[in-house]
Amino acid sequence: MAVDWSPIFISMKTASLSILITFFAGLIVAWGLVKIKNDSIKIVLDGIFTLPIVLPPTVVGFFLLYIFGVRGPIGSFFIDFFAIKIVFSWPATVIAAVVMSFPLMYRSARGAFEQVDSNLLDAGRTLGMSEWRIFWKVLFANALPGIISGGILAYARGLGEFGATAMLAGNIAGQTRTLPMAVYSEVAAGNMGEAFNYVIVIIIISFIAIFIMDYVTIRKEKQWK
Amino acid sequence: MTNKLLKVNIQKELKEFDLEVDFELKKGCLGILGPSGCGKSMTLKSIAGIVDPDKGVVSLTTDEETIYYDSNKKINLKPQQRNVGYLFQNYALFPNMTVEENIACGLSKNHNEKRVSEMIKRFHLEGLEKRYPRQLSGGQQQRVALARILAYGPDVILLDEPFSAMDTYLKEQLRIELSNSLKDFDGFSILVTHNRDEAFQFCDELLILDEGKIIAKGTTYEIFENPKKVQVARLTGCKNISKIEVIDDYHLKSLDWGVTFEVSEKISPNITHIGIRAHDFSPAEKDDVNVLDTVNSTKLEMPFEWEITLANGLWWKYDKRIHDHEFTIPEYLKVDPKDIILLEE
Repeated sequence: MAVDWSPIFISMKTASLSILITFFAGLIVAWGLVKIKNDSIKIVLDGIFTLPIVLPPTVVGFFLLYIFGVRGPIGSFFIDFFAIKIVFSWPATVIAAVVMSFPLMYRSARGAFEQVDSNLLDAGRTLGMSEWRIFWKVLFANALPGIISGGILAYARGLGEFGATAMLAGNIAGQTRTLPMAVYSEVAAGNMGEAFNYVIVIIIISFIAIFIMDYVTIRKEKQWK
Repeated sequence: MTNKLLKVNIQKELKEFDLEVDFELKKGCLGILGPSGCGKSMTLKSIAGIVDPDKGVVSLTTDEETIYYDSNKKINLKPQQRNVGYLFQNYALFPNMTVEENIACGLSKNHNEKRVSEMIKRFHLEGLEKRYPRQLSGGQQQRVALARILAYGPDVILLDEPFSAMDTYLKEQLRIELSNSLKDFDGFSILVTHNRDEAFQFCDELLILDEGKIIAKGTTYEIFENPKKVQVARLTGCKNISKIEVIDDYHLKSLDWGVTFEVSEKISPNITHIGIRAHDFSPAEKDDVNVLDTVNSTKLEMPFEWEITLANGLWWKYDKRIHDHEFTIPEYLKVDPKDIILLEE
């Protein structure tokens, strides 16, 4: 029996698009939160943005289904104006992956930003650098190792997303069946050999991701020291 | 020459106290001397625009007046628009950039190469252009930081405790380097420090700050010679300070040391303390003026001076050569009436 490659393609597509969204959204939110001075607002917002990683994925899936469902606020908007049904379609796998991987990216980026000596930013200001240049050349550049590791963790998390995806996107072969879904389906159908192939693919991708993360971080740090 | 003027008058509510600083600077280097946490750095940061005061005015006049901050007129220029250089305690070099990138970071692209090589030369950084800050010694880092500031052509340079995190040897070397680097700079500079030697070496004028308030203001020599207030005397390094009881116009009794002194200046009613610098004692005969006996005193040997503590707690420092190890404490010490500093609380 020929291997069904579609879960691999779907997963790669989903993980790539979702990390693109998560990466920049996580950076922006982290930067915004670092700038907030009021502690209680900070704590509340931090709680909201971190919640997806603490809650059971099915609970997150439940909320997503509520929001993006046909009768949900965003779901019904897309149906009425664009005639697009989000639930049980490929975009739903991206939404689930973004929401579930966001906290990892956001928390890593925020931690990395907070590690950067605030004198560096003030030095940039007194030297006439624009806020935009300070953000990229000073803050981002010096937080880079932490940001990259956050990005890779978020990528791996998006790749492995199962619970919320199952709730929001379902398990439709060739459309929303990602690698973790495929593993589950094959095992449920008793095809341990098929499942094993998918497991190997996931392990290889994850290992490469971690390898890149460590390689980049170690090289950057060596360069500066 | 045009009339230059830096005006600073700011108020800011802080956790422990309120900061109220008001001064004008017409030329050269001003020192702000005070204990740690007295609001010195906050003052500098308000001038640079890194921190916003609650009220007041900060303005600089070179050819015309530029208002940096004015709470009444609702003016508050961004640090980027103020042209004020700030030397941070840890230099705040960008660790991800090389020496030349650090120096060039505040410059516009058009004239940056020429200016950078000029600065590299002026600060003797040839050969280090491609190094990262972590690969530099403390002295080189300080030079890069100064080169970066001066490349930008500031009107004012603010120095925030530039030597506090260094060992003694490096500190002494960098003091010389810094004073040489600042020699050709014709703008204003303000040095913040808690070290009296640094203040004395660098600054023509001094401001003494305590708990956010200015407690003394004047030329450096004036303040060191006549501190007037107890805290000022302490900050300028006066070792011996005692509460007193006035006996008559020219005589007083020190309550901490139990000795009676004659002074050369008439004691005004607001005098509550006296100070005597540890170097101002000299050996004496029994019937001299202002004599102290030295029974039960202890001596400590330092490389270049003897530190003698009398039984009543007074300190005396006596200079010596490095190879002198023997010293007999004279039986009596005296202090010249005009060396007794009259102080107010």
